[in-house]
Amino acid sequence: MSNAKAQSKSVLWDWLTTVDHKKIGIMYLVAGAFFFALGGLEAILMRIQLMFPEFSFVPAQTFNELLTMHGTTMIFLAAMPLLFGFMNYIVPLQIGARDVAFPFLNALGFWLFLFGGILLNVSWFVGGAPDAGWTAYVPLSSESPGTGVDYYVLGLQVSGAGTLIGGINFLVTIINMRAPGMSMMRMPLFTWSTFVASMLILFAFPALTIGLLLLMLERIFGATYFAVDFGGNVIIWQHLFWIFGHPEVYILILPAFGIFSEILSAFSKKRLFGYSAMVFATLIIGFLGFMVWAHHMFTVGMGPVANSIFAVATMAIAVPTGIKIFNWLLTLWGGRIQFTTANLFALAFIPSFTMGGVTGVMLATSAANYQFHDTYFVVAHFHYVIIGGVVLGLFAGAYYWWPRIFGYKLDETLGKWFFWLFLIGFHLTFFVQHFLGLIGMPRRVASYLGGQGLDTMNFISTIGAFLMGIAFIIFVVSIFTSMKNKVTDADPWGNGRTLEWTMPIPTPEYNFAQTPLVRDVDALWYEKYEGDGKMKAAEPLGDIHMPNGSILPFIMSLGLFISSFGFIYYHEGFLWLAILGLVINFGAMFVRSIKEDHGYHIPKEEVIKGGK
Amino acid sequence: MGQHGMDPSAPLTGKPSKKTQRKLRNEMRTQLISFVLMIFLTSMAFISIASDAIPTGFAMPFILLLAVIQVILQLYVFMHLNERGNGWPNAMIWTGVLVAIPTVASLMLLLGIVKW
Ligand code: HEM
Ligand SMILES: [Cu+2]
Repeated sequence: MSNAKAQSKSVLWDWLTTVDHKKIGIMYLVAGAFFFALGGLEAILMRIQLMFPEFSFVPAQTFNELLTMHGTTMIFLAAMPLLFGFMNYIVPLQIGARDVAFPFLNALGFWLFLFGGILLNVSWFVGGAPDAGWTAYVPLSSESPGTGVDYYVLGLQVSGAGTLIGGINFLVTIINMRAPGMSMMRMPLFTWSTFVASMLILFAFPALTIGLLLLMLERIFGATYFAVDFGGNVIIWQHLFWIFGHPEVYILILPAFGIFSEILSAFSKKRLFGYSAMVFATLIIGFLGFMVWAHHMFTVGMGPVANSIFAVATMAIAVPTGIKIFNWLLTLWGGRIQFTTANLFALAFIPSFTMGGVTGVMLATSAANYQFHDTYFVVAHFHYVIIGGVVLGLFAGAYYWWPRIFGYKLDETLGKWFFWLFLIGFHLTFFVQHFLGLIGMPRRVASYLGGQGLDTMNFISTIGAFLMGIAFIIFVVSIFTSMKNKVTDADPWGNGRTLEWTMPIPTPEYNFAQTPLVRDVDALWYEKYEGDGKMKAAEPLGDIHMPNGSILPFIMSLGLFISSFGFIYYHEGFLWLAILGLVINFGAMFVRSIKEDHGYHIPKEEVIKGGK
Repeated sequence: MGQHGMDPSAPLTGKPSKKTQRKLRNEMRTQLISFVLMIFLTSMAFISIASDAIPTGFAMPFILLLAVIQVILQLYVFMHLNERGNGWPNAMIWTGVLVAIPTVASLMLLLGIVKW
């Protein structure tokens, strides 16, 4: 039996070759958490340097590298992969599917991300990390000496390919793999927001790919797209970067919105208020997200007409965002609210994120932006939306879905310590930064002079960062100390509303013994009220077809990883390495194309046994 | 496979019905007309650039227009985007166009004309 055969292989080999969306989801979560801790460490080091005026904890060059790597790591290697982890694990379950549409591509997407992330971080050990900011504006980045920025370019290129593949996979999965009865307007909000975020990935990432390609040609092969003395134009990079970059921030926040919608409705025991308004607000935010990129460039000198147009377009996004905020409040209104850790994170999100939205609209006022731009006010803004939105969403989702993914509940007492310390630390760190910015402290500086009214607030900010660090350590500890809180019930919170709470824990590898029949939004909740509490089956019990694992995604990604070194050290005569890596990559693609693989079947008897 | 029965990639046997035959004939005609049209459009594009008689200021937008027509023919006739069951590909392609046009247009304005 091929099923038994798969089990007899070593654990490591199993994870390297898996195409199971649940295992890939877990790998995204583990790798994302690692990079999150790494990015957090970089942040703490920066905050220590800024704790006192003219402090010399790290040299300025190191500070610039920490700054660049912190931003790049958090956005590309922590926040997005962690969201991808939840999407991978939860979305197929929520739509009643046995896997994603392209399991092989799913694995490829993960390995590309991981190798890209590793590549980026190798730079620390070989002559210094990139130092031109996560935005890598030219000419700072194109002229930056050393290989740091080359690692940035190729690392992001490799991991970006993985993200694009992942996004396309989610789109096809959600369009094609929904269970009978699960129409688009019955999909849970997390699935909806995954769908819209994947569309943003599909349309936004190509702009980054092109930008990075131009920068690579410029740095490694002497092109002159951005070289003004050769007729190039430095502004092109900023446009390309932000045409990608603004949709990117919505790629991060929309899935978090989805997570909050699930949790607020589950823990107030109420249907989500204004479901269709929520869906349309998500779509509108997704669309408008493409029309506002130049609000990052108000001070570049585009002129008053262009600035005004982009200012108004940007402010327009506040409208659908406001609709969502009010719908969450009205979901809570009159609900039987349970203050679990997951829900605490969701509740804290509403005011925290709203503050970030308010400073966003302030920044979007293009005339006032001349005052705010490139100061700590901007730093405060985006940390309020990203931590107050995305990170709180990730923690909320972790507490909510932990029993489904890992088979035990995280300790609620430690969870509450974690929550309060983190929330207080977060506001302590970033609230004062609004004022630091308003009184003129520029962002991205390695130090500042004393006696200018900056000292106290910088000190407070660093203390807040320590609190967040301690809180995160408590979280990591509680992961290990909670392992005894095993759950086996399919619906451990008792108020699950959606399909991910309908199969036994641990989730069988085929997810659903029988594809469920969906009769309403909140399919499970409907059956609890109108049926017998169990999903109706849409098909008879039978053999289940499963895809085979494959090592090829790993090898393809390894090929691009090797090839990247060849390009980075092109001038040291390593062109052959670049070619070798590409040969490995294309060789694996070739093998994949000619080798037929029909997967295997799990026999009906085993499915019946597994259901017990 | 089991209960799902037949192999979808197995070759078809027997004669098509009258209705299918008519459909196939019509289909063939559209394909042929589009094919000729494509060749015509391509040669128009080529001539408008190759001959010196047509000014560049006219030729550039002209061949862009031809290109748009060709893309649409390509998608709808040769790639059968107009057939039933293609709602999603249509929706996604047109969303992409809807996003790309304002983006590229404003980008060209912003990069081309310095102050606005
Ligand atoms: C009401 C919604 C929002 C508005 C009106 C808004 C507006 C703005 C504006 C005008 C800037 C440019 C500031 C400057 O550099 O001078 C900015 C920066 C930024 N925003 Fe927002 N924003 C909003 C929501 C968000 C969300 C939801 C996220 C992420 C989840 C986000 C992430 C960022 C980031 C990362 C930056 C800084 C980028 C950089 O320069 O490094 N924003 N925002
Ligand atoms: Cu933006």
